[in-house]
Amino acid sequence: MAKTLFEKVWDAHVVAQDDGAPAVLYIDAHLVHEVTSPQAFAELRARGLPVRRPDKTFATMDHAIPTRNVDIALWPADAATQVRTLRENCEDFGITLWDINGPIQGIVHVVGPEMGVTQPGMTIVCGDSHTSTHGAFGALAFGIGTSEVEHVLATQCLLQMKPKTMAITVDGELGKGVTAKDIILAIIAKNGAGGGAGYVFEYRGSAIRRLSMANRMTICNMSIEGGARAGMIAPDETTFEFVKGRQYAPKGEAWDRAVAYWKTLVTDEDAVFDRELFLDANQLQPMVTYGTNPGQGVPVTGRIPLPEELEDPAERRSLLAAMEYMGLKPGQAMEGQPVDIVFIGSCTNGRIEDLRAAAGIVQGKRVADNIQAIVVPGSKAVKAQAEAEGLNRIFSEAGFEWRGAGCSMCLAMNDDKAGAGKYVASTSNRNFQGRQGPGARSLLMSPIMAAAAAVNGRVVDVREML
Amino acid sequence: MNPFTTLTATAVPLRMENVDTDQIIPAKYLTAVTKEGMGKGLFSWIRYNPDGTPKPDFVTNKPEYQGAEILIAGRNFGSGSSREHAVWALTDFGFRCVITPGFADIFYNNSLKNGLLPVTLPEDTVNMLLDLVEEEPETLIYVDLKSQTVTLPDGQQHSFGIDPFRKLCLLEGVDDLGYILSKSDEINSFEARPAY
Ligand code: SF4
Repeated sequence: MAKTLFEKVWDAHVVAQDDGAPAVLYIDAHLVHEVTSPQAFAELRARGLPVRRPDKTFATMDHAIPTRNVDIALWPADAATQVRTLRENCEDFGITLWDINGPIQGIVHVVGPEMGVTQPGMTIVCGDSHTSTHGAFGALAFGIGTSEVEHVLATQCLLQMKPKTMAITVDGELGKGVTAKDIILAIIAKNGAGGGAGYVFEYRGSAIRRLSMANRMTICNMSIEGGARAGMIAPDETTFEFVKGRQYAPKGEAWDRAVAYWKTLVTDEDAVFDRELFLDANQLQPMVTYGTNPGQGVPVTGRIPLPEELEDPAERRSLLAAMEYMGLKPGQAMEGQPVDIVFIGSCTNGRIEDLRAAAGIVQGKRVADNIQAIVVPGSKAVKAQAEAEGLNRIFSEAGFEWRGAGCSMCLAMNDDKAGAGKYVASTSNRNFQGRQGPGARSLLMSPIMAAAAAVNGRVVDVREML
Repeated sequence: MNPFTTLTATAVPLRMENVDTDQIIPAKYLTAVTKEGMGKGLFSWIRYNPDGTPKPDFVTNKPEYQGAEILIAGRNFGSGSSREHAVWALTDFGFRCVITPGFADIFYNNSLKNGLLPVTLPEDTVNMLLDLVEEEPETLIYVDLKSQTVTLPDGQQHSFGIDPFRKLCLLEGVDDLGYILSKSDEINSFEARPAY
């Protein structure tokens, strides 16, 4: 029977399936971080259970850690406690930990692929919704809650209902200054922030095939913002090239067998999706969000909709509530909107390619007056690479702060918070109320758009700078 | 896990769509290493003033909604982060059931694992319920998981869907772990096979 990519990966991981029950799904890689794991380890201890496969479990610290200094003695007590708890848990249960004090560390979804843990055809989970990022490799990767973290620790399995499938085909060629971030923001604007609930997305089409792994990760990362738990892209030469030679990647003869298998991980021609969505890459423009859910986005040359232009009363209510929080007006143009803070980083856009692109815009320029601009590399490896290429100097000379790796202002768990009422041009994935600090107002955009906002002090169409 | 069988309770109307997990519980409450006491962080950015005093016009602060165990809200409830803290905050606050036109997937799953019943009803019905409890906050709503129905005082009944396996787990208060552990033989033989 013809199968989709998702179905192939799913079927290869069903351990048991009783009638009327969810599938018992085997998990190939389990990523762990300091915030959503402590309660899971505590339950494991209470039940007297070991971690079944510490060799398939990898931990790092990213959410709560400060990005400014690494001396734990100076940290806020609660972040320090979480980090200490993670260290203890990894030590007691024999789990590999990429510690902030070691050479490898960063946002879990940046580090996993970097280390070669993320591979095509795998099932990958983490107590974090942006686990969808790893779907860029043709893995089935999704976020789980802390109870499920415990289940995977104990059994290396999860009970899962089979989701539905949605094909999202993006054909055509991206114009200058239009990026992967704009593709995914356009998809979410079109399909709605809840439009993918119950589905796994498969991104396909000529525009997707041409993207680098970094860009594919940006797209799959925000599947969750589109309501889907997972997004996948069929692996190809770009994927194999990325994985090859990384620490946990198969080597020698195992590599050849792996690639032969990975090449079968494509949707069969006559396979059927539950839904299909099409997007013309030629029509896309740089996108900006104006509201408090990621579906509230428009092309940078566009304007915020008027309530009367929205048919659905719930959408109208959402728009008005968002306008009140954002201090913006329906019908207002996004171009020219002043910003106060620029944040370049996160698991959406904190990779080396993102920093290179942003540096290309700021090179030889200065951050506009009264703008706080920070760059937070997604991992220590990204940071080191950027420093080797001199990107840190470009940013620093332009007036950006150059930070250590972590989630930082993406979720404002540490002291990287935007103040109340401040507008943040952000390369992260969520514009929820208070996400980047109580009262902070997020405008989501691509790294080059954020860089352009930094040097202009307002939202501009980056294409005019290219 | 606490079982869920039936519930007769008043409800809080939260007339908002896309209530995301950052609104249900902001990140600053995620620094805990235990589950206890999350209720104090529930909706904190919309529930409290910056100085920490409660906002009198926020619905959970109103005297007429004290003691409510059902939350009624708009579509795409629980979107965003995978934080189970959102569910712990709701249950710690005292909610046992959430009724909306639709939930985000991870939130839905997390609820089931904590004895918090997520009920999906058509949007029109949810709007009607919101109107009703806004006008008459003392309305007692009866939720019966076994018959999968929500019943109003006037006898009106609305059915909701739930996966039969999940329903059984909730009714009996059993979690997934025991079930998965019962498949140890299958897991062992799965692991013995080469991946490719
Ligand atoms: S960077 Fe942001 S979205 Fe990504 S894992 Fe960290 S907090 Fe979550």
